[in-house]
Amino acid sequence: MSNLKLIIKREFIARVRNRTFIVMTFLSPLIFVGMISLIAWLTTLNNDEVRKVAFVDETGFFASDLKDSDNTKYLDYSDLDLNDAKDSVVLKKLDGLLYIPKKESNAELASSIQFYADESPNLSIINKVEKIIADKLTNSNYKNKGLDLGMIEDAKARVNIRIENFSGEKTSKMSNYVKMAFGGAAGYFLMMFIIIYGNMVMRSVIEEKANRIIEIIISSVKPIQLMMGKILGTSLAGISQFFIWVILGGVLLTVATSFFGVEPQPVGLDQSIALQKTSQEEIQLILQDILKLPLLTLVLSFLVYFIGGYFLYSAIYAAIGAAVDSETDSQQFMLPIILPLMLGIYVGFFAVIENPHGTVSTVFSMIPLTSPIVMLMRIPFGVPWWEVAISMLLLFGSIIFIIWFAAKIYRIGILMYGKKPTYKELFKWLKY
Amino acid sequence: MANLLEVQHVSKRFGTFTALQDVSIQVPKGSIFGLLGPNGAGKTTLIRIVNQITLPDEGSVSLDGHALQAHHIKDIGYLPEERGLYKSMKVGEQALYLAQLKGLSKKEAKERLRYWFDKFDITHWWDKKIQELSKGMAQKVQFIVTVLHRPKLLIFDEPFSGFDPINANVIKDEILQLRDEGATVIFSTHRMESVEELCDHIALINKSQKILEGKVSEIKRQYKSNTFEVGLLEANNGLLDTLKDKFQVSSADFKTIDDQLKLKITLDKEASSNDLLSYLSDKAQVLRFNEVIPSVNEIFIKTITENE
Repeated sequence: MSNLKLIIKREFIARVRNRTFIVMTFLSPLIFVGMISLIAWLTTLNNDEVRKVAFVDETGFFASDLKDSDNTKYLDYSDLDLNDAKDSVVLKKLDGLLYIPKKESNAELASSIQFYADESPNLSIINKVEKIIADKLTNSNYKNKGLDLGMIEDAKARVNIRIENFSGEKTSKMSNYVKMAFGGAAGYFLMMFIIIYGNMVMRSVIEEKANRIIEIIISSVKPIQLMMGKILGTSLAGISQFFIWVILGGVLLTVATSFFGVEPQPVGLDQSIALQKTSQEEIQLILQDILKLPLLTLVLSFLVYFIGGYFLYSAIYAAIGAAVDSETDSQQFMLPIILPLMLGIYVGFFAVIENPHGTVSTVFSMIPLTSPIVMLMRIPFGVPWWEVAISMLLLFGSIIFIIWFAAKIYRIGILMYGKKPTYKELFKWLKY
Repeated sequence: MANLLEVQHVSKRFGTFTALQDVSIQVPKGSIFGLLGPNGAGKTTLIRIVNQITLPDEGSVSLDGHALQAHHIKDIGYLPEERGLYKSMKVGEQALYLAQLKGLSKKEAKERLRYWFDKFDITHWWDKKIQELSKGMAQKVQFIVTVLHRPKLLIFDEPFSGFDPINANVIKDEILQLRDEGATVIFSTHRMESVEELCDHIALINKSQKILEGKVSEIKRQYKSNTFEVGLLEANNGLLDTLKDKFQVSSADFKTIDDQLKLKITLDKEASSNDLLSYLSDKAQVLRFNEVIPSVNEIFIKTITENE
């Protein structure tokens, strides 16, 4: 067996056997699903609460329209006068009192309706009540002006702009969100992977230094072989962990969903109503959008950028690990890793979603340290092949450079003990 | 005797610091070669160059007549001074891993490890983790891993540190046996008594330069000053003065049971010890007469201080 394979195997086994690794592998999905279930449960708890609102309707005109709904109950206090009603509401600890006075005209009425509440009232109740009253008043106004309600209803135009691209394919308005979700998920996943497993590579390098085994090993293998073996072995362990997370998380989520009887994604009320309102056709279009995404290109480019980005960063992590004696010393060198990663994510979420082909997005999808994340976010929006080619070329060119650079620092650093190096010294090591 | 290792005009600089300056050494086949020098002289750098861990700026290294190449790693066994093992890995597993890195097949490595573990009576350590073993125990495992692939050249940097006298002796005997089986040994240490005991060749490095190299016996011959230690009994009172007139005399200190006159007498280069002996035996009873041969320790200190 070649030395590289031996090293990869040892690193993989060492990572996977680590107690923390095992615990995290099985605990993380539990915690994750637990959190989601808890949030979902809390949301339903909040929604279940029925709000009781009393009303005094001096006009007697609206009482029939204030109908109880799932989470609001209307109590008719119209036979009490306002002050008695107020006392009663306070006494019974109701959530509010709606007061509709008798006025000459609809216009006057519209501006003199009041809502009394101890705490600031729930906005959704106010909105609902406002809408009910407004509809009623509008209809009444129509009637007063001699307009026929049926005719008005017929005359209303419903507009739902269909979006098509120039080759005649229909897309939904949600299309951009679908694309962003795919790109964003890929970019975010890559960032998390780099941070978690890059750190693992670094710790593994520091461990070998601290154990003083490093000189024994590099008398048998080339330092760059050891470094590459570490990066590869750790990434295999990482990929295995992620697979277990996805599978375990999926199973647990299904179980939790059926157990609690809650939707896995507690979308806001308004949004779910909006979704219900969108026609069947719209949902179909969204599905079509997903299918129409260049899935093969997406998967392929994800793999390429994933591998490229991970190698780029973990080589830097390995070099940092070699330069320091302990993990606490590594903090001072973290900036060159965290900064471009954060930049990539922020550019992705702010610039790309706004304008996927703008200057900022394009430039950052070319710069090697940010390109894996930003380009992954851009690709669902359709990027010309030559831009992807240039970006990949730059990425892999700089990987070769960074690995060479990291290997130099690594080769010197692993044999240096007791010194806390500065950037200046690291630069000097390049020339040794 | 042919040389197994030849280092020719090797220089190595780290930035502005010169670690080695035009160093050449010849290590004869089958010898135990002591690489000596004060701390920071450049020994470790030289050893790392031989191990291809560091590349020289100038000069060349050849092993068994061929310029050093990647595959020569298999012909060298190196026990570094800064040594350790993976803390959380089992002893057997990491011995296997390190042996395989040196090019042994898994089966072969297992067989040889079994032999050595039996020999050192440590078979029951196989499934233990290093963190459960003492330092000396871990050192034994490291020694085994160093010699397991039967390298032509063995390099030991302070091999006895961390061993109790009994285990140090076990290791010493193993080193001698390996030499008898045909291995060449480079031995870097500050413990001069083990150099005295083991090495037949030495090289002395000071301040990144080699200042002395050769066969131990020849170096000693070179450094001896034709001085003799004598112990005389029943000497006349005037003898000391007579001797002082005739020779270069200084006092000596050695343990005896009788009250003797203890002296060191230095002769001229050409003078013969037999003449001195017959002269002395006329005057008094000679209980002790032996040539003063400088120890490696004395040579070390003398050369280094002269070099300052």
